[in-house]
Amino acid sequence: HYAMKVKVLSRNPDDYVRETKLDIQRVPRNYDPSLHPFEVTREYTRALNATKLERVFAKPFLASLDGHRDGVNCMAKHPKSLSTILSGSCDGELKLWNLTKRECVRTLQAHEGFVRGVVVRFCGSSFFTIGDDKNIKQWKMETPGYGEEEEPINTILGKSVFTSIDHHHKDAVFVTSGQQVDIWDEQRTSPIRSFSWGVDSINCVRFNPVETELLASCASDRSIVLYDMREAAPLKKVIMTMRSNTLCWNPMEAYHFTCCNEDYNLYTYDMRYLDKPYTVHMDHVSAVLDVDYSPTGQEFVSASFDKSIRIFPKDGGHSREVYHTKRMQHVICIKWSSDNKYILSGSDEMNIRLWKANAAEKLGMLAPREKAAVNYNQKLKEKFQHHPQIRRIARHRHLPKAVYSQVKEIRIMKEARSRKERNVRKHAKPGSMPVVTEKEKHVVTVVK
Amino acid sequence: MKSKFLDIKLMIKTPLNYSECSDDERKHCRLLEAISSLGGKTRKKLTERSEASIQVSEFTVNAEGEGDKINLSDLIGTLDKAPTALTATKKQLKNLEHNHTALDTPLTRKETEQIQRVVAFEKTSKEVSRWQSVVVQNQKAEQLVFPLNQEPSGPKRMEHVVSGWKAQTPLEQEIFNLLHVNQQPLHNPVLTQNEEATMKAMSLEEAKIRRAELQKVRALQSYYEAKARREKKIKSKTYHRVQKKVMRKEYLKRFDEMVKTDPAAALEELKKMELSRMKERMSLKHQNSGKWARSKAIMAKYDDGARKAMQQQLEVNKDLTMKLVIPTNEEDEDEVAEALPDFVNDAEPILDPINPWMRGKLSTEPAAQEESNCLVPPAAGPGDVKAGDGPDLLREEEEQVEETEEEAILRGFEERRKLRRAKDAVEVAPVVMEESEGKVKQLITTIHSRMNCQHARERADPCVSQGEGPALLEEGLVRVRTLEDMELLGQDVSACEPAPQTTQTLSTEQTEPQSATKQADGKRKRKKMIDPNEVLTKEAKVIKVPFAPTAVEDVEDTDEQRFIIKEAFAGDDVISDFLKDKKKQESAGMPKVVDLTLPGWGEWGGGGLQPSRSKRKRFRIKVAPPPPRKDQKLLNVILSEKRNSSVAAHQVTYQVMFPFTNPAQFERTIRAPVGHTWNTGNAVQKITAPKIVTQLGAIIEPISREELVKGENQAVTGKSNLRSDQGPQQKRRSQQKKKHKHKKN
Repeated sequence: HYAMKVKVLSRNPDDYVRETKLDIQRVPRNYDPSLHPFEVTREYTRALNATKLERVFAKPFLASLDGHRDGVNCMAKHPKSLSTILSGSCDGELKLWNLTKRECVRTLQAHEGFVRGVVVRFCGSSFFTIGDDKNIKQWKMETPGYGEEEEPINTILGKSVFTSIDHHHKDAVFVTSGQQVDIWDEQRTSPIRSFSWGVDSINCVRFNPVETELLASCASDRSIVLYDMREAAPLKKVIMTMRSNTLCWNPMEAYHFTCCNEDYNLYTYDMRYLDKPYTVHMDHVSAVLDVDYSPTGQEFVSASFDKSIRIFPKDGGHSREVYHTKRMQHVICIKWSSDNKYILSGSDEMNIRLWKANAAEKLGMLAPREKAAVNYNQKLKEKFQHHPQIRRIARHRHLPKAVYSQVKEIRIMKEARSRKERNVRKHAKPGSMPVVTEKEKHVVTVVK
Repeated sequence: MKSKFLDIKLMIKTPLNYSECSDDERKHCRLLEAISSLGGKTRKKLTERSEASIQVSEFTVNAEGEGDKINLSDLIGTLDKAPTALTATKKQLKNLEHNHTALDTPLTRKETEQIQRVVAFEKTSKEVSRWQSVVVQNQKAEQLVFPLNQEPSGPKRMEHVVSGWKAQTPLEQEIFNLLHVNQQPLHNPVLTQNEEATMKAMSLEEAKIRRAELQKVRALQSYYEAKARREKKIKSKTYHRVQKKVMRKEYLKRFDEMVKTDPAAALEELKKMELSRMKERMSLKHQNSGKWARSKAIMAKYDDGARKAMQQQLEVNKDLTMKLVIPTNEEDEDEVAEALPDFVNDAEPILDPINPWMRGKLSTEPAAQEESNCLVPPAAGPGDVKAGDGPDLLREEEEQVEETEEEAILRGFEERRKLRRAKDAVEVAPVVMEESEGKVKQLITTIHSRMNCQHARERADPCVSQGEGPALLEEGLVRVRTLEDMELLGQDVSACEPAPQTTQTLSTEQTEPQSATKQADGKRKRKKMIDPNEVLTKEAKVIKVPFAPTAVEDVEDTDEQRFIIKEAFAGDDVISDFLKDKKKQESAGMPKVVDLTLPGWGEWGGGGLQPSRSKRKRFRIKVAPPPPRKDQKLLNVILSEKRNSSVAAHQVTYQVMFPFTNPAQFERTIRAPVGHTWNTGNAVQKITAPKIVTQLGAIIEPISREELVKGENQAVTGKSNLRSDQGPQQKRRSQQKKKHKHKKN
């Protein structure tokens, strides 16, 4: 009487049976590196393919919102609703748009002449507009009911023309600029505080979204001035070689702001050290008119007179993306949507354009496996970004001929200038011509 | 504004109405103006107010009578026709004016405003700087999830969801009453109030850490207590005596250390010792006056042990009553300084006295030494002695003579060695960098200046990028729509790549030849370096530097470094090395005979049996020799022909890319695969986690002040969302290794 031992091949079904039939088949795999000698080459090929596909799918333009009868002069985001956007045009008309439907939901004649600025209150219940008719008007966000007239809640008659408006991010306070920077309480008809430093008119004023009591303004005397709402006097002024048009604070870094300049560049400043910009962002070939940070504070988008939009990393000297279309004229205003997905540009030829912030991104919900693939591809592209083939493909952008030739021209000019400087330095007394960095070049002086 | 002009010395009476003035008066005015302008203060030109704005610049405004001095009495000038009381006040005011005890004029508005602004700016910038830690943390974070202050996902407690719920039935009410009495949570049945409070006070991890610390402390305490108790129980006197001795020794050792490390504490100890000495002297406890001592003194005659005990006692007394001499540090140093000869303080780059390379001075021949002396700053020589110390001078001269003798001997050795080498390799000629010193210096200075610039550029923030860096985009007129277009783009690469690089190079005169043949660039440099003729004739201006990069790498204190290296390689035979190298490469490039014979195939095989010669001949395959090397006729050049142009298009051309500090680092990252083909699912997820995660359709608010508080707390506790230096990939590798070990086991 004996029992025979029979060895049977047995495996745990958990190792090879999928949980549901919707799952992919389990593939047992040996991860021993010695069994995979061609890891790098295979990944390189994958990275190359991913890069190519990215460029093939890079179609950033989504929609054009038309309806204005004059150039779009200003835009505002709704702080509580992603789908709402406001735009004011050069004929005094203001439009509210629904982005999901891509249509105008409300039109009102806000001012006579330009609508210079529009800003939504932090709660999203009302918005303020300013115009060339020296008025500040507050409007309800809701569309008036049937039979009701389209009338502002409040109207303040100013003494001079206002050029820009911004609202405090937490309190019922807003700020306007014009001949001076005025800080208004919503309940009062006269400013609670006025700052002036010099007499030149101020183009733009912006509240700091993080340290909410701080302000910065650009004036036509080429200066950028910092203010603290709680102080009696302005804080500091920096004068640059050319005028800054607008500025925008970084929403994630309290002390950084970027201003867009007439000299084709953008400058990111650390507000504590105004003597030199933190970064100079170059690439535009004409005056930069507007700038807006992404809500993550990692990038910003700029609108330029050269009919293009560029996206810059916050500390990159050059743009990572350039958007343009044949029909888009000088871009006057730009906004980055607060979900970090879209960019809106308002331009001279009466249209508002909706762009994707990441040109090749697939919109909408992604399946988990799709998401994983996207992440993997992204990582691959990042890993092999220095390889020449991949870099070449990833960086290639089409430019309109006018812009392209201007880029070339500017490059030649720059080279010539630097060559001349070098030559002059060579023949000058050693030490008599110190090397001035690009950052130092553009600041004239800091005024205390 | 008026106060600015109060100090003008010259009084000018300007007539009230210009229209009534005669010509003479006008001339007079002009004259006065001219005179006043002579006084150093240039008067501003009158400008017209032409702007229509409300506000006018202070620099373009002026009014009549601007430069006039105002008397205090002028202020009541309008009350001229008033009664006599006013004249009295006028007088008083005049007196006041002459009074020298008057207060200083207040600062001008401009100045006060500036002061205000400066103060306000400093305050705000300090306030804003609190964000620094948060900003840096976010910059370094491996992943940022937006919106920042998200509510925790997952199931929520019932009570949070249904907040309006109330106890209605009598049973429920009864239960709730009971709970209420016992302070049990009503709306939050999981945790009591106290528990929640503790939860808020300390996180679980912190609590764990704290508990572990406390445990450790308690354990240590109990060990010490037990030990002390055990020692206390020991009755043996010798044990305690020995123990005391050990203690004393230890104490002394500690004291010695303390003198070096913490003099203040040592002084305190010294004071304590002094106090004990005083006590001893007062009590004379250890002299022979005590009861025990007296009894021992009696015993001492007969008992050896007692005598020893007495002596010990006296020694203790001596020790205790001896006055300590405090060693002062300055004196010591002085002594040391005097003891050492002067040349010790001279700068001496020699690090290793044994290494003959480092004593390059000896290896050079006298003529060469002279040459090098004209290059080397003479300060380093031992011969230079300060004027004024005569005997020193003599002594040093003697030393020098001795040294020269030594040198001569050493040089003899050196020469013999050289001769031997020359016999070894006939075609010897040292590798010398032909680059003139001026060029090297220039290169170094330019690098220096560039580095300086970069340093200056760097600010408080660690992450600084260059504004003038290369463009991120390559813009062109070609639209890329399909994959075929991409292929075309890829083909362009090789043609297009070098162009932007050459435009960036500084040297303008060299750009053209450089861009022409980039391939052989590195080799060409080498070619430039070697020129045996130059070396053999030993011309004056030849400088021996190994290779450009090594000289360039360490830019700090360049001169010294350079000379060290120069001297270090002075006796080195680089040329023969180079030739050997070349031969090695040539032989490596030659095709090898392939032997395909299979022993035992078609014939008998086994140990000690060789395949037949005919078979070996048949199966030994000779490969055709490669085309002759390009550097065959070039003696001083190695031209490497390994570069595969088809692969080269895909290879990285730069030496070091931005986030990496050396090529090895870069290679390591490239070598580590990230895909799921080579990694486990979890590892892939971790490796490929995107840097920024946003939620679809969620509004991202600007960072709020709560984050600042959080960040500060983290800074205090030392926590951060930064991961350890070991990257996920390395971790993965190590995990895998472990796994394989398991498998093998």
